[in-house]
Amino acid sequence: MTMLYNEPSPLETRILSRRFGMPNSASLDTYLATDGFKAFRKAREMKPEAIIEEVKISALRGRGGAGFPTGLKWSFVPRTSPKPKYIIVNADESEPGTCKDRLLMEYDPHQMIEGILIASLAVDAHAGYVYIRGEYRYLIETMNRAIGEAYTKGYLGKNIAGTGWNFDLHTHSGAGAYECGEETALLDSLEGKRGVPRMKPPFPAVAGAWACPTLLNNVETYSAIPYIIREGGKAFADLGTPKNGGTRLVCISGHVNKPGVYELPLGYPMLKSIYEVAGGIPGDRKLKAVVPGGSSCPILKSSECDIPMDYDTLAKLGSMLGSGGMVVMDETTDMVRVALRIMRFYAHESCGWCIPCREGTAWLRKILQRMVEGNGRREDVALLKELSVNMLGRTFCALGDAAAMPTISIVDKFAADFEKYIVPEAVMANA
Amino acid sequence: MTFSPELEQRFAKMLAAYPEGKQRSAVVPMLIYAQDEVGAITPELIDEVAGRCGVEPLQVDEVVGYYSMLHRKPLGKYHVQVCTNISCMLVGGEELYEHAKKKLGIGHKQVTADGEFSLEEVECMGACSWAPAVEINYDFHHFVTPEQLDKLIDGLRKKQ
Repeated sequence: MTMLYNEPSPLETRILSRRFGMPNSASLDTYLATDGFKAFRKAREMKPEAIIEEVKISALRGRGGAGFPTGLKWSFVPRTSPKPKYIIVNADESEPGTCKDRLLMEYDPHQMIEGILIASLAVDAHAGYVYIRGEYRYLIETMNRAIGEAYTKGYLGKNIAGTGWNFDLHTHSGAGAYECGEETALLDSLEGKRGVPRMKPPFPAVAGAWACPTLLNNVETYSAIPYIIREGGKAFADLGTPKNGGTRLVCISGHVNKPGVYELPLGYPMLKSIYEVAGGIPGDRKLKAVVPGGSSCPILKSSECDIPMDYDTLAKLGSMLGSGGMVVMDETTDMVRVALRIMRFYAHESCGWCIPCREGTAWLRKILQRMVEGNGRREDVALLKELSVNMLGRTFCALGDAAAMPTISIVDKFAADFEKYIVPEAVMANA
Repeated sequence: MTFSPELEQRFAKMLAAYPEGKQRSAVVPMLIYAQDEVGAITPELIDEVAGRCGVEPLQVDEVVGYYSMLHRKPLGKYHVQVCTNISCMLVGGEELYEHAKKKLGIGHKQVTADGEFSLEEVECMGACSWAPAVEINYDFHHFVTPEQLDKLIDGLRKKQ
């Protein structure tokens, strides 16, 4: 039995994670013995349009963070373009709170490879790259082993599984940069440059890697594809809620008794995931706040948490389902310190390309730092909000929004936490 | 400049992995893998990678400052990275980092006098559900308490 990082929960719906914990789960033999490559063979007999239609029916939405409908994204790639098409896997997983793509690559790399191959059939691509963050060095080696095994046994390279399809897959190492999880910054990094985002349009689907049509999706998104083709898009869709199909790996962390990664259907009640799946809050303390899907999301206060977890419900609340990184905070949490830590992160990770992000994240960090160090003015609370609101939608990529949105939510929903940092005689000294 | 046979083999595969004429793509992966052997991104390494990838040395030099895992000066033999981002912070990551500073007697991005250890306060490393998390070189450690960190460091010290 392979050692998992946390105990599974009986409340999970294990589709993507069905092989987690099996002996030799990462081997091709195990994969083939558990329905492996049935979906690829089926897809090989389908028209590309039909593959894409099945993915649309599944209501699968991007599992990296933005939740864009996957089938729709696939339909944007001009498969008849004379340029080579590329499949890119975003395995940069760096959103605070998120630790799921790691498990999919470690325990079931062939599931992802099969998903990539089915995608290649849909867009007529014959080469792909798995962009893996530099810190995941051991997973680069795991993926290389799995890729090597696939080549040796004829499941990558020429004439895959005897079907006449050709596809080459390679890993590519990052070197420490959160911004490289942004799809266009990832592409620039892949091309050997600093990971700076690009103007959109053109979108990667049309002009991506080396200016060629590119399909770029998250590890978990590709991993869901074999099930969708094998069992049908409707079967996947029915697991979730309308327009929010399937299951996802939810990473529960923070103030819970059983932190872990758990596969739950879209629409699963958030409070149930905290109190039943993750075993509740230590010491029976009260719930204060939840980061629903990674630090870029507006934070929810406890009274907003009695909700089903799907993209549309979170969006209506003004937040996001995001990357699946759910961070639970109890009543002892100082939300100002949380805001500071999050701003330190964004200020550090800002690529520096555009002024509203480069300056904005730096100022958010400095103001919060000054407040926490005992020099906070009453005006600073409104200033944090004003600065954030003026960054929203004005930065070159979403990193600026990712810093602004949680700040606005903390100022609006946890005003009381700022009181103890307001010092009447404080001045905006040299920060 | 030559590298170990294993690294040379890896670099040969890397260069062949990208479309023809696009070997610039190998720059960042080459730098981070070569750094393990060379110890740091030296001017000599930059020239070597530039030559192998068919770009100007400046085009390699200009990416180094962007990527936080690339460093121009050597770190310790064991680089201890402690996460203090939100999931780790909520379960004691900041206290663990302060403890690491005291245990090693160095601060952020500093190296011990004997060159054995260096320390870095890092951002989220993707171990949130098993926090507090520490990475030593490329090895992950989960649910790390101050006592366990002491054991890890003492264990590595014994190896000298």
